[in-house]
Amino acid sequence: MIIAVASGKGGTGKTTVAVNLASVRGAGMVLLDCDVEEPNAHLFLKGELCGEPEAVSISVPEVDESLCDGCGECSRFCAYKALAVLAKRVLVFPEMCHGCGGCMRVCPKGAIREAPKRIGVVETVKSGMLTLIQGRLDVGVAMAPPLIRAVKARMPKDGDAILDAPPGTSCPVVATLRETDYVVLVTEPTPFGLNDLKLAVAVVRELKMPFGVVVNRAGSGDGRVQEYCRDEWIPVLAEIPDDRRIAEAYSRGELIVDALPLYRGLFETLWAAVREGDGSNGSPNRPLVRAVSMQREAAPREGHEEASTPKRVFDGEARTPQGGVPTGETQGRTLT
Amino acid sequence: MSEQEKIREIVIISGKGGTGKTSVAASFAVLATGRAVVADCDVDAADLHLVLAPRIIESTDFKSGHEAVILREKCTACGLCAELCRFGAVKLSPNNQYRIDPVACEGCGVCVRLCPAGAIAFPERLCGEWMVSETRCGPMVHACLGVAAENSGKLVSLVRREARRIACEKGLPLIVTDGPPGIGCPVIASMTGASQVLVVTEPTVSGEHDLERVLKLARHFDIPTSVCVNKWDINPEMTERIERKAEASGAQVVGRIRYDRLVTAAQIQAKAVVETDAPSAEDIRSVWEKLGLE
Repeated sequence: MIIAVASGKGGTGKTTVAVNLASVRGAGMVLLDCDVEEPNAHLFLKGELCGEPEAVSISVPEVDESLCDGCGECSRFCAYKALAVLAKRVLVFPEMCHGCGGCMRVCPKGAIREAPKRIGVVETVKSGMLTLIQGRLDVGVAMAPPLIRAVKARMPKDGDAILDAPPGTSCPVVATLRETDYVVLVTEPTPFGLNDLKLAVAVVRELKMPFGVVVNRAGSGDGRVQEYCRDEWIPVLAEIPDDRRIAEAYSRGELIVDALPLYRGLFETLWAAVREGDGSNGSPNRPLVRAVSMQREAAPREGHEEASTPKRVFDGEARTPQGGVPTGETQGRTLT
Repeated sequence: MSEQEKIREIVIISGKGGTGKTSVAASFAVLATGRAVVADCDVDAADLHLVLAPRIIESTDFKSGHEAVILREKCTACGLCAELCRFGAVKLSPNNQYRIDPVACEGCGVCVRLCPAGAIAFPERLCGEWMVSETRCGPMVHACLGVAAENSGKLVSLVRREARRIACEKGLPLIVTDGPPGIGCPVIASMTGASQVLVVTEPTVSGEHDLERVLKLARHFDIPTSVCVNKWDINPEMTERIERKAEASGAQVVGRIRYDRLVTAAQIQAKAVVETDAPSAEDIRSVWEKLGLE
């Protein structure tokens, strides 16, 4: 089972949940740190680096000036403005390039080929019985998704894995969540936490993925996150109390389950709840199933197939239909 | 020097998320009342509006790039698009029809250009919206990115450009920008060309690790950088260490903010910390003074 741990807001405890969940599962578990801009899981799962870091590159254009006649077709085609033609010479801006290969294909002179440009590394760390695979984006590189895909490509074909996602709701998050089985959204009971949780919920609903919520620092704010989850029929999988000892252990880079064994049970229960939520163990979580039918009755998914990229209104409420449940892979669109 | 160039912009970033960027930015907005335009560049997960309660004056669709759409009646199901797509966005459905997954499509246009049947349309993509608002502190520019949409960096640049235009138009000398976490595309878009960066960090192993990367980024773009440690008393030794590291890398240390549960209480009341009598308000004021933006 592949579980992604995500959140809209940063600093809510994604990494804490990911590393402690991996740790209570123990032997054979693989943790993938997909927060390649700021990978942190290795600070908590200390261990030996296995082999050399593997460099990851994307393909960017290289122009053969002896063949190029400066016609400018490549720069007119490029959707990312990664090529410009000045005085019949092509300038390449590799940091803008998405690596689509289009310029190479449209060049009438065959003057463009692709050369690798390094964007970061993937490293494997053995930490006790766990394996940590992490991406580390080179500083100054803008494009995280190709590196995230490289990290995910090293995921074992079978067995369990936990993915630590980056914060936010845009492309790096989507690249992480795609093709996972279940999403754990970590939030905190504050207005910022609630607002960003709603955004994250809109994303997982758009991706039609099953998900549940972990409330971190429970008791530090108000009860509106729990109310929201109840109203939306979103299962609250666990609540991690607001305990200064947790913050202090975290600050030192310790696992909660080691530093404060009383919380071990909490993460074991969370694992069980995740498995039930996914339904892959044959005993689907009853409240979730009820949530499915209630939601379908309450909010028919009218017009969704034709909808363009759904917009969010200003207060963070999703304008998307409130489908909280997976109904197969993301619906594609066909104009008729 | 043109009017535009005289305007100073302080961008608040953090590397690690959740260190208190937005709480600090909201307080700065209040302290700069009447002198600044506020820009919320955390377009992925914007929160500043929850404190500053903006009244939206104007809201504009953010269209950026295009997306490929297969026209079913023209498609011959040759499969070339699926072969060409580098983003895995072309899917074959069980009934042998090709379709584009809009979330995976990066809008490069390769399939559109090379489809032998001309069966792929390329409409403009709606990626979100941006807003110009009025708050109790002054004008604010903010945005929200569409669900699972792309091009957050472009939206960030747009928000900043608009903030600068308004500052220029209204003769305001300062822009207070709340940045996104991380070090990637939206962060780079938030800080390039800014006059000053403030990194809000926390004394944790993650805070320390991420600070190093974000300072490296600031040096890469050659922007004067200050650092303040939030919740410093959670781990005083680490705070010391972080401050020494920050200074060694050429950043200025502009103070510490204490761990204060009343920060959350302020947030719940939709107030900036400096609008309450939370003990940490004093610390934030002192950071603001040290930054010398008065």
